[in-house]
Amino acid sequence: MSRVTASDLPDVPKGQLPQHLELQRTRVLCGSDAPTHTETIQYSGAYASIGVDNSLRLEQFCKKFRVEVIRLTEDDMEFDMIGIDPSIANAFRRILIAELPTMAIEKVLIANNTSVIQDEVLAHRLGLVPIKVDPRLFEFMSENDTPNEKNTIVFKLHVQCKRGGPRITVKTDELKWLPNGGEFPIATLNHTSNPSSRPKTNTFFTHSQDSLPEFSNNPIASVHQDIIIAKLGPGQEIELEAHAVKGIGKTHAKWSSVSTAWYRMLPDVVLLQEVEDEKAEELVKKCPVNVFDIEDIGNGKKRAIVAKPRACTLCRECIRGEGWEKRVALRRVKDHFIFTIESTGALPPDVLFTEAVKILEEKCERVITELS
Amino acid sequence: MELGSSDKTKATFSLADEDHTLANSVRFALNQDPRVTFCGYSIPHPSDARVNIRVQTTGDPAKEVLKDALQDLMGMSQHVRATFDKAVVDFKTSEPVKP
Repeated sequence: MSRVTASDLPDVPKGQLPQHLELQRTRVLCGSDAPTHTETIQYSGAYASIGVDNSLRLEQFCKKFRVEVIRLTEDDMEFDMIGIDPSIANAFRRILIAELPTMAIEKVLIANNTSVIQDEVLAHRLGLVPIKVDPRLFEFMSENDTPNEKNTIVFKLHVQCKRGGPRITVKTDELKWLPNGGEFPIATLNHTSNPSSRPKTNTFFTHSQDSLPEFSNNPIASVHQDIIIAKLGPGQEIELEAHAVKGIGKTHAKWSSVSTAWYRMLPDVVLLQEVEDEKAEELVKKCPVNVFDIEDIGNGKKRAIVAKPRACTLCRECIRGEGWEKRVALRRVKDHFIFTIESTGALPPDVLFTEAVKILEEKCERVITELS
Repeated sequence: MELGSSDKTKATFSLADEDHTLANSVRFALNQDPRVTFCGYSIPHPSDARVNIRVQTTGDPAKEVLKDALQDLMGMSQHVRATFDKAVVDFKTSEPVKP
């Protein structure tokens, strides 16, 4: 009797995997205790013994890859990436959170603080305030650099609560932008300096920032004008100057340009058997997000169908109980990611994603030049 | 920095200032290449930003294979960016502008 390999059997299409292996390769099976087949089978020779080429070269990737935008507003967006590997999707997520630069307040020069908020707590709070400005217009400032108009944004906060008046809440609308740089003079020993010349300050602006076209009509301010910074009682005063510089989320989370970014795999809910009548009603009632729905098939009989698989949160309620695992299969598609990006407001989310991809390209290029 | 014996087909590359972000993506790109017999990455200590990528090939010099994988990764990123930009433009033109 001659031996026949599994791939030569008549019902298996040539050059493709048999169905059960294809299921293993493309779907994560979520059982009631744990998910199985979670790894992506990336090794190009994985199915070499059955003659199937598993490699994913650039041309095939470009043919298969698709992006579908589901929702896009000024602050957040949700889109689908189909045909990409989790390692690259994760790389984009990590770059969005930690390596996209933003402007945030770093140095706070406090002239007067008689409020109950301590200096360092006040400075910390100011650092977390999101600033609505395009960070690409500015450069990074290293330790040897002097603060000038290309790498620093200067804000002023001077609030006073009058004696006998009510308590006031200091919100971010009190943070005023100073396009000409800092105003606090540096104390110098030399008092014979020319009184008509400008006093030396902490910053070295050669020209005003509002001469730039982006800022001439819209002053730089915080994204939201009603963030509470401090509260003052009668007679208390805060007078300070804050310098904002460019940084990345890796150094400190205040420089993260997204409030968060996450992805999930597309759920694939499949009914393995026909679920009819009372079982169908039970199934529809079990699911808290209404993934299933009832379909009438005549003769008063009802059948359950999967109406909204995308809404599945993998709570596993539908497979809890006796015998349900045989009827419902919960799976996730391994290369279909539903990405959600929530921006802090400095840049719109689609620009953020484009910049993140650019940063991954720059990293690759840096390593290539290092290797050559 | 490349560390390998006189055998050019096997090498360990030590990259400074990198972490899982690039290393996992490069490892994926390397795996797709049929010339690679073994590839992996490790992070010797989480406090140092240093990544070791090990590549073993079927005959081609490991440095060339790594460079090709990085070029592939760059090509993939550029394609992702182009597809994404086009999808966003399509979405914006098809949706009515909200006030």
